[in-house]
Amino acid sequence: MGVFHSAPYEHEFHALAEKTGFSLEQISILHKRFMQLSHNEDSLRREDFKTISDLASNPIRFQIIEAFFDKRNFRQNGEGSVEEISFEQFLTVMSHFRPVPVHTMTEEQRESLRREKLRFLFNMHDTDNDGTITLEEYRRVVEELLSRSGALGKETAKGIADAAMLEVASVSVGHMEPDEFYEGITFDHFLKILNGIEIETRMHIRFLNMDTTNLCK
Amino acid sequence: MALGRLALGTVGASRRVSLQRGLLFLCALVLLLLSEAVEPLGASGSPGGAGDSSGGSHGLQKGCEADVTKSKHPTNRTKKPFPVLSFDYEHVKTPFEISLWVLLASLMKLGFHLIPRLSSIVPESCLLIVVGLLVGGLIKVVGETPPVLDSQVFFLFLLPPIILDAGYFLPIRPFSENLGTILMFAVVGTLWNSFFMGGLLYGVCQIKGTDLNTVNLLACLLFGSIISAVDPVAVLAVFEEIHINELLHILVFGESLLNDAVTVVLYHLFEEYAGVGSVSILDVFLGVVCFLVVALGGVLVGAFYGILAAFTSRFTSHTRVIEPLFVFVYSYMAYLSAEVFHLSGIMALIACGAVMRPYVEANISHKSHTTIKYFLKMWSSVSETLIFIFLGVSTVAGNHSWNWTFVTVTIILCLVSRVLGVVGLTYVINKFRIVKLTTKDQFIVAYGGLRGAIAFSLGYLLDKSHFPMRDMFLTAIITVIFFTVFVQGMTIRPLVDLLAVKKKQETKRSINEEIHTQFLDHLLTGIEDICGHYGHHHWKDKLNRFNKKYVKKCLIAGERSKEPQLIAFYHKMEMKQAIELVESGGGVKLPSAVPSTVSMQNIQPKKPPSDRAIPQISKGREEEIRKILRNNLQKTRQRLRSYNRHTLVADPYEDGWNDLLFKRQKLMEIEKKMSKMSNYLTVPAAAPDSPTLSRARLASATYVLQKIVYPQAYSSKPTSDDLPTIKVDLASPQSPDSVNLVNEFQKAATQNDPDDDGGLVMKVPFADKDQGEQDNKKEQQRLMRCLSDPGPGGDEEEDEPFLP
Repeated sequence: MGVFHSAPYEHEFHALAEKTGFSLEQISILHKRFMQLSHNEDSLRREDFKTISDLASNPIRFQIIEAFFDKRNFRQNGEGSVEEISFEQFLTVMSHFRPVPVHTMTEEQRESLRREKLRFLFNMHDTDNDGTITLEEYRRVVEELLSRSGALGKETAKGIADAAMLEVASVSVGHMEPDEFYEGITFDHFLKILNGIEIETRMHIRFLNMDTTNLCK
Repeated sequence: MALGRLALGTVGASRRVSLQRGLLFLCALVLLLLSEAVEPLGASGSPGGAGDSSGGSHGLQKGCEADVTKSKHPTNRTKKPFPVLSFDYEHVKTPFEISLWVLLASLMKLGFHLIPRLSSIVPESCLLIVVGLLVGGLIKVVGETPPVLDSQVFFLFLLPPIILDAGYFLPIRPFSENLGTILMFAVVGTLWNSFFMGGLLYGVCQIKGTDLNTVNLLACLLFGSIISAVDPVAVLAVFEEIHINELLHILVFGESLLNDAVTVVLYHLFEEYAGVGSVSILDVFLGVVCFLVVALGGVLVGAFYGILAAFTSRFTSHTRVIEPLFVFVYSYMAYLSAEVFHLSGIMALIACGAVMRPYVEANISHKSHTTIKYFLKMWSSVSETLIFIFLGVSTVAGNHSWNWTFVTVTIILCLVSRVLGVVGLTYVINKFRIVKLTTKDQFIVAYGGLRGAIAFSLGYLLDKSHFPMRDMFLTAIITVIFFTVFVQGMTIRPLVDLLAVKKKQETKRSINEEIHTQFLDHLLTGIEDICGHYGHHHWKDKLNRFNKKYVKKCLIAGERSKEPQLIAFYHKMEMKQAIELVESGGGVKLPSAVPSTVSMQNIQPKKPPSDRAIPQISKGREEEIRKILRNNLQKTRQRLRSYNRHTLVADPYEDGWNDLLFKRQKLMEIEKKMSKMSNYLTVPAAAPDSPTLSRARLASATYVLQKIVYPQAYSSKPTSDDLPTIKVDLASPQSPDSVNLVNEFQKAATQNDPDDDGGLVMKVPFADKDQGEQDNKKEQQRLMRCLSDPGPGGDEEEDEPFLP
């Protein structure tokens, strides 16, 4: 198997390569994986993701799966979520994690790459798409992260989320009257608070040019 | 001396400082003379008047003396007057001299920092070598032979503390992320250096002009392998002061640690066969196998001892005092065990420290943790100082055979091979790295390859009979060391500034970053799983899960084995903040990074008004009411406080109720800050015997309580519901709560058990007098964790092990 078998898709792959930046080998490998997950259908559904056994032990699997069905990640300025995704959309979401050679970029390019990646994270947290991460949403995030710790996690999660929110508010807004209310973390605040993590160099996975999909389930 | 003291009292500050410095150097000189004086005394073994009159501590007595020799002849005993005071130096000679040297080293270190400009220009290592040279010179002038750095002493006593310090505080994350790069530099780089240098040196030696023909190829290769290894001690000493970014630091430092295996193998290989004169292919193959055995064996030995130490620390909850001892002894045993089999002791030590640290830290008390940290830093600091001083002394002491050609060629080749090696390797490495190494990075890595005492000791170990050119080798080694430490060490700092190399980030880790780092880890693992290939993140995740499921259960005592990392981090930040709060205790500067007036109530979602049971009044009116209540309460309390004096726990640390007002103001500030900083201190009490709580030891609860709990005039903010701020309020005696409070404090005062018991948790009931809505209170659990004796000067991040 290999590139030759995907001859009918060749021209599509070229278009996709242009659009997403993956190489042809990588696209064909991902296509195979897509077929594997969707049982050779044209679109992927949420249930198909649940068949991945390794994902079952991941505390934030639901958010990750949701991210694939979130229109905001399809680079088309859409909103809301869909029930099934095509290969192109699958690839588009994956392209957020493509490794980019950062040291050749200019400052602006780095900055826009940062924004793009942080936007992805932001969308994962901001489930109701109102542009801010409210305290409730943030609490849910922390709860999910600690979801494997049982009862101990629940209460502490609340405290942690509160503390984190407070920190964002302190850093971003600075001075608030006692009766003012901090609505939630906007995207700009989000950018500011996560300045320390070098997202552009960390948020990527290596998409191999070798076909390893047969090696693992 | 008395005059000096008088003078100190009367002159100005600058004069005082210079006088102190002068006294310090006088002390040092005295010690020096002492050390020389005792040597002839020790050598001759007889008491005598040759001692310095300034060495009063000896108790030289010209009066009654008991001749040591006389007591050895019991048959010839004649009655002498009973010896009131005698002089017997022999039996304390060795420890005495060791102590003198250590004292000298420490005083020198002290002295350097008193001279302000010097320590910013010249790195400490250079100064110490110079001191060593001076001391060596002095000793020679007196006529004694200065001691040479004994390899045995060096490898068994001076090197391990430094390596353990480095290994225990090794930042695991950047180390493991860059492990491939580090290994490339360490293994391939060192091999390249050795062979390049050895080969070219041999070529140079063959040139007819020099008289170096006796140096055969294997000896050259041996020399190359000794001199090519980057030295961790020197790297640490220099890099500690320049604060470059984490990546470069870990690259150079990691390389210096991991190349030990290569050095050991090459050294033994060439030493074995240099006498014979030839190496066969089989030997080379065996050498490769040996390398793997040495490296992996060292790591395994270290890991084994590390796990033992972690397991032992699980049971130390009743004997907290000796906890640090286990850490030190197990690590040292790992080092020695590895050395028994000629495995890499350095790698064993690093593996031991790195493996045991997460588990040991989860088990031991806060104080033990501080003890370990400061003991390690102290020992490694003293070791480092001694090493450099002895390097200087050995230079003076040794027999030197200076050969211009050899030495200059060596230095040039060192530089050239290092640069070529780094550039070549980076070219290959960058193909596999996402974050590529830039030219600037390469330059720093190349320039930071300092040689140090390990090279010298290895050279010193050479057998003179097998290697007649040993002295020449030693001279060359010392010259290279001097060159790298002085020239490269001194110039690296301005070069770093000139090239604008990225410096270390000083930011503290925030809870948001921690949350998102974890989130990102899980996200990337998930994406990898969806993609269907087992990548870096997948394996890391698997390792973590294995760790959590099996290993932590074995090695961590009690509840803490189940604590997820995020929560552990959170509690750590809480403790830190609480400690900072207590230590700053009313200081003007806010310990937290950003002064702000945002508090919890700003982010809590507003309750819908229908929940209110009482009729709604306008906000302005509410404010008025609150103000009125507040003021009245304040007046009441002010009046009443003077009667409360005796019900308060007596404060032994503050006399004079005159500064009551000042203190009250300070405490109001604390209270304000506490409510502002309550971002971390919001966690409701965990289970009473939760290990996190029991970790907060209370040595003297009253000390801390004085600072925080004091008569409050009023609570600074009107509180709204479910506002988990920490408010400590000592109500007036009329309120029923005050009695409880007072009782609690007295209980606390009497509960000053030895701190081996669990921590004391204070639940301070909240007496709130001026709340508009009484009925919408939810959880009123105020938790105050009192921490005392937090250890010297605020916790540094354990992720920054390289700061002094």
